[in-house]
Amino acid sequence: MSGPIPTSAAAIAAAVAGRRRKARDVVADVLGRIERSDPRVNAFTEVLAARAFDRADALDAALSGGATAGPLAGVPFAAKNLIDIAGLPTRAGSKINRERPAAQRDGSLVRRLEAAGAILVGALNMGEYAYDFTGENVHDGDARNPHALDHMTGGSSGGSGAALAAGMVPLTLGSDTNGSIRVPAAFCGCFGLKPTYGRLSRAGSFPFVGSLDHLGPMARSAADLALAYDAMQGPDPDDPVATTRAPEPVMPLLDSGIGGLRIAVAGGYFARGGDPEAFAAVARVAEALGAERTVALPEAHRARAAAYLITAAEGATLHLDRLRTRPGDFDPAVRDRLIAGAMIPAPFVERAQRFRRWYRNAVLDLFGGVDVILAPATPCRAPKRGQTHFVLDGVSLPVRANVGVFTQPISFIGLPVVAVPVWLDDGLPLGVQVIAAPWREDLALRVARHLEQTGVCAAPIAELT
Amino acid sequence: MQEAEQSFAPEAYVAAARPLLGLEIDDAWTASICANLRVLAAAAALITSFPLPDESEAAPRFEA
Repeated sequence: MSGPIPTSAAAIAAAVAGRRRKARDVVADVLGRIERSDPRVNAFTEVLAARAFDRADALDAALSGGATAGPLAGVPFAAKNLIDIAGLPTRAGSKINRERPAAQRDGSLVRRLEAAGAILVGALNMGEYAYDFTGENVHDGDARNPHALDHMTGGSSGGSGAALAAGMVPLTLGSDTNGSIRVPAAFCGCFGLKPTYGRLSRAGSFPFVGSLDHLGPMARSAADLALAYDAMQGPDPDDPVATTRAPEPVMPLLDSGIGGLRIAVAGGYFARGGDPEAFAAVARVAEALGAERTVALPEAHRARAAAYLITAAEGATLHLDRLRTRPGDFDPAVRDRLIAGAMIPAPFVERAQRFRRWYRNAVLDLFGGVDVILAPATPCRAPKRGQTHFVLDGVSLPVRANVGVFTQPISFIGLPVVAVPVWLDDGLPLGVQVIAAPWREDLALRVARHLEQTGVCAAPIAELT
Repeated sequence: MQEAEQSFAPEAYVAAARPLLGLEIDDAWTASICANLRVLAAAAALITSFPLPDESEAAPRFEA
């Protein structure tokens, strides 16, 4: 078969399943892309060429022998380096974790993707211990935004966004505690799914804030997100919060359109405190969807504050021994946030958890009258790398702590969200959160698919300049 | 709570909490830690000023 190797996961899987392409050729193509682009983008911390070729050869042999192809046959993917990869220490963006013993086996989501035919090609750069919205890393160097190399990728799944935007792989895995999938999806102009809390197993990943941690896929199309999501669903006794629900495949529903869906824009808190472009992106999506209603998520500013407190306190608890013994080996910005988190009085944290329940109930009431809510993913486009402050609504604020103002109140109660990329002009992209009720990833993905098919959202591969 | 927030002296708090937590803190880090504590104190003020009924327990196992 001649011609270029396709770049979408769905097209690769179709070509490999149809015996029009060898998985080995797909892997070779992707490794070539990584070799050419990654020296400038710095998305990868490990490239697993030998392992990927071994898997590809095994898949090609099986298919030649008449085996049935999985839904992700031959699809190369890469995983944020807080997800276990057999034979490697799980560094989670840190220096300290490199001394951990090598993982004995791959994380659950890697195993599930590979069981569906996908092929892991590498591990991806991230902010240290996932306490990050920038994509900067003092140990591995910053991931760079392929659409403007002097700008942030967003984080903490910075490598996961950058690898997609640079066209190195069609599919990545990220994690999202407060926005770490949705922020890099917005800044790098790609799609990201933060599923319902508990929907996808976190087993075999290095934690950050157990109360809020999610894993999920990122891709350059809604269909690729859905393909990967379907392959990863299902209970997992190795994750204490994983759902016992049976998988609810989205692919059969993906092209159902938006007819009958009640779609509203989040007002109040979500309509202020950002650059005008952030709200213009929401308005463009809302217009395309015919969404004229506005709803207010009650006390969203407090929800963000509560997520902030829980994150600092739980993160500090996780890292207390390392803070005691090796404070000099942390990224100083992460260390100082964690030390402050260790000092939060317990009643504040417990109160934040109690508020979480109140807020969850209040927001669930909203979903009685609406199916999908739209909100900005970030308050601005990607800041420059190294930028420590930005001005929002006339107030100078630290970037690191404030990029997640619009994502935190959503993940705080575990709602499923697809971040969709919007290009308002020739500048950098923005992201819009397509938010659904718990366990209704299908609705958010259907809306994302509709936006993609109507040309409102797109995730082009950057031309590195 | 606003009064408490205004009278909060993070430098003294950090100095007192440091031995309790068993943390060695370089003096050069103190300003940054205190800046973070001020942000956390403001977040805490938002949460503690919101009335919740006594029966509003934290979910033992949060489900979305």
